[in-house]
Amino acid sequence: MAQAAASSKRGFGQTERRDLWWVEPLAIAIGLSGFVIYATWAAFQGNNYHYGPYLSPFYSPEIFGDSPHSWFGPLPAWWPLWLPFSPALLILWAPGGFRFTCYYYRGSYYKALWADPPACGVGEPRAHYRGERKFPLIVQNIHRYFMYIAVLFLFILGYDVWKALWFTNPATGAVQFGMGVGTLVLAMNVSLLGGYTLSCHSMRHLLGGRHDEVNKALFGRGCYNCISGLNRHHMKWAWFSLFWVAFSDVYVRLCSMGVWSDRRFF
Amino acid sequence: MALATFSIWRGEAGQGKYCKYTTEFSEGMVVLDVIHKIQAEQANDMAVRWNCKAGKCGSCSAEINGMPKLMCMTRMNQLDLSKPVTIEPMKAFPSIKDLVTDVSWNFRVKKQIKKFKPRPPDAPDGSWRMSQEDVDRVQEFRKCIECFLCQDVCHVLREHQLHDEFVGPRYFVYIAALEMHPLDTEDRISELAKAKGIGYCNITKCCTKVCPESITITDNAIIPLKERVVDEFYDPLKRLFRMFRR
Repeated sequence: MAQAAASSKRGFGQTERRDLWWVEPLAIAIGLSGFVIYATWAAFQGNNYHYGPYLSPFYSPEIFGDSPHSWFGPLPAWWPLWLPFSPALLILWAPGGFRFTCYYYRGSYYKALWADPPACGVGEPRAHYRGERKFPLIVQNIHRYFMYIAVLFLFILGYDVWKALWFTNPATGAVQFGMGVGTLVLAMNVSLLGGYTLSCHSMRHLLGGRHDEVNKALFGRGCYNCISGLNRHHMKWAWFSLFWVAFSDVYVRLCSMGVWSDRRFF
Repeated sequence: MALATFSIWRGEAGQGKYCKYTTEFSEGMVVLDVIHKIQAEQANDMAVRWNCKAGKCGSCSAEINGMPKLMCMTRMNQLDLSKPVTIEPMKAFPSIKDLVTDVSWNFRVKKQIKKFKPRPPDAPDGSWRMSQEDVDRVQEFRKCIECFLCQDVCHVLREHQLHDEFVGPRYFVYIAALEMHPLDTEDRISELAKAKGIGYCNITKCCTKVCPESITITDNAIIPLKERVVDEFYDPLKRLFRMFRR
């Protein structure tokens, strides 16, 4: 179609908008970059990721590792020495991939980090555009598979909360039921991650959206309506769960380092 | 009466300039009222398309201070009047004159979309049975007034001008209304992925933000359609399942 718009195509950042359109993408860029930098740093540390019955969610499940939470014991001998190792590096690809391919985050980082567009009605830096039709962004369509893995992680993190209710008495060595601030931190973490995962657009599709007659959905209309209700707040779930998963790691790390002391309620 | 200065795009076929007009306005006036006042008092030849003045006909779409809006639904007290208010025609479509654009491309696109094809009637009297909730789901999409603000703000059309490869959010809403209809039997998924270019949408949600009918375009229409495209083309397990089912 021959284009003869009123005023010619504008350059990067050019707009007639008067509002502070740059604030939202800037805040998202800072939030996402801050999280990625912290998570990368924490994943490569390989220490201070557990404290008593608490295990940092960045390191759960701990497939190989030195903590009592490890599923298969310490790092196997066949692990190549030249390859850096941390229990987090074995598992973080899954939640990372889930967030990276998430519909909400995609829209956000395309704007905030790739300026495609920087904001609604604001000029872009590049003339060429391929969208998600071709490689590499066509790979974003794998999102539902990351969602399946994210659901598994919810069960694992839920089990971590259960384990965080059982404390070893240092004097007697007996294991007793209890609750500390760390238990609540981990419980809040799995709750927020649960909200984020269940409110996922792919989950909504799986549990009813794919049907024209929603009564035919896997768990019926009620389930679809519930997921749709959560989905309306997907952005909030995304941000709260992102913040809290990082905070959970900070909490366990600082307790493990002796900077913070975990308060036991009983 | 207060004073406001408007900077209005004046020109034809893409050539033109911004002209400043200062006029009085009273409490309760909307931008379209002021445009009409300027047209009546200062610029009799200014072209502006309008009809209902109630946000239902979708005729007076324009860009007010850089954001696509209906002029009849934008009240003067919502605007920062310390600087001239910029009024431009929609940028995603060819300019005809002043604030009027040629939106006929949209109607040509609509004609290319496969029509509603209901299943055979459920009852001998030729009627169908549908769940009210299934009808409610597609009812949201039928609120569209075809103002084309979503098409205007979509950067795929506005910035990249991919009109030949991408139908835009308005028609994803239209296709969603047909695809999710409980009676419809037509398959539009293949053409959605190819000719309609849904893969160009990168989910910036600008269309949802500007919709005057508050249709949740991205979450309720585009993403569910993208998921159906994934079912058809990009889900290896589903493809395998379909192979065995045949």
